[in-house]
Amino acid sequence: MQIPYTVDVRPDTGLYNAKLGIWLFLASEVMLFGALFSTYILLRVAAPVWPHGSDILNVPLATVNTMVLITSSVTMVMTWVALKLKQFGRARMWLTLTFLCGVGFMVIKSIEYSAKFSHHLYPSTNTFMAIYFTLTGLHGLHVLGGMLVMAYFLGPGARMWNTEPERYTNRIEVLGLYWHFVDLVWIFLFPVLYLL
Amino acid sequence: MSESHAHDVSKHVKSYVLVFVGLAVLTAVTVWIAGLQHTVMAGVVLALIIATIKGSMVASFFMHLISERKGIYWVLALTAIFFLALIFLPLGAFMDQQGTPLHSTGAVETSSHHVP
Repeated sequence: MQIPYTVDVRPDTGLYNAKLGIWLFLASEVMLFGALFSTYILLRVAAPVWPHGSDILNVPLATVNTMVLITSSVTMVMTWVALKLKQFGRARMWLTLTFLCGVGFMVIKSIEYSAKFSHHLYPSTNTFMAIYFTLTGLHGLHVLGGMLVMAYFLGPGARMWNTEPERYTNRIEVLGLYWHFVDLVWIFLFPVLYLL
Repeated sequence: MSESHAHDVSKHVKSYVLVFVGLAVLTAVTVWIAGLQHTVMAGVVLALIIATIKGSMVASFFMHLISERKGIYWVLALTAIFFLALIFLPLGAFMDQQGTPLHSTGAVETSSHHVP
């Protein structure tokens, strides 16, 4: 038996099931990151002194990383556009570029982390470093998760294009929604941790 | 694929490029403003306003929220309410304690000894 509403719109919601599913998942993600942002605010207002992020963290590297993630959002949405235009080869190229942006982001992040460790700055060093590593670490895990799914859709998952192209397009749209959310979280993390 | 559909999609592409340029410019503005001399509160407010504008651009155009179904808006509205509660309830509880002397319970107990 086929799974219903993978392509067709469900009459009561007006959406295909995976789309409603990913938005519900993203709602739970908002609460997850929201709890950590709330923790950050509480720790900061309760602290007698709080360091300026730019005195400890590498702002130029983080700015480059912001640009990398923004670029990856554009390449991700271009993947979906190419699939809508039935240009599978082009879509693969855009998705590969998105994946490479993810790799670039993680490489830059690892350079940042290594620099902190070499200066003996660990999550246990102080409250600021603890919340910095927690927030950026969780975000990094989300980037890695997105890259894993991208690798699947570039590899074995791509076969679906030959049999069910519309379903494959919807899957990429769902992946895109997740990826843009990861970008959106970084848009708030960047000023909060590095600039304030 | 119909010609009108192709035209719609190419219109989307133009908006994506414009949003990308907007996001890049706003990122540069965020970094530039952070380097200026201002109070912590002004810095926080400015940075969060710019981040909110950038986030709205990503959500509206890349995530297509600008033309989404009603059901999604309801999910997000409910999420926004809980998100605000998550941020402001702990903060409010903390602020409520501000000005309360440390060991206030002990102070009350001590003073109660003097009450006949």
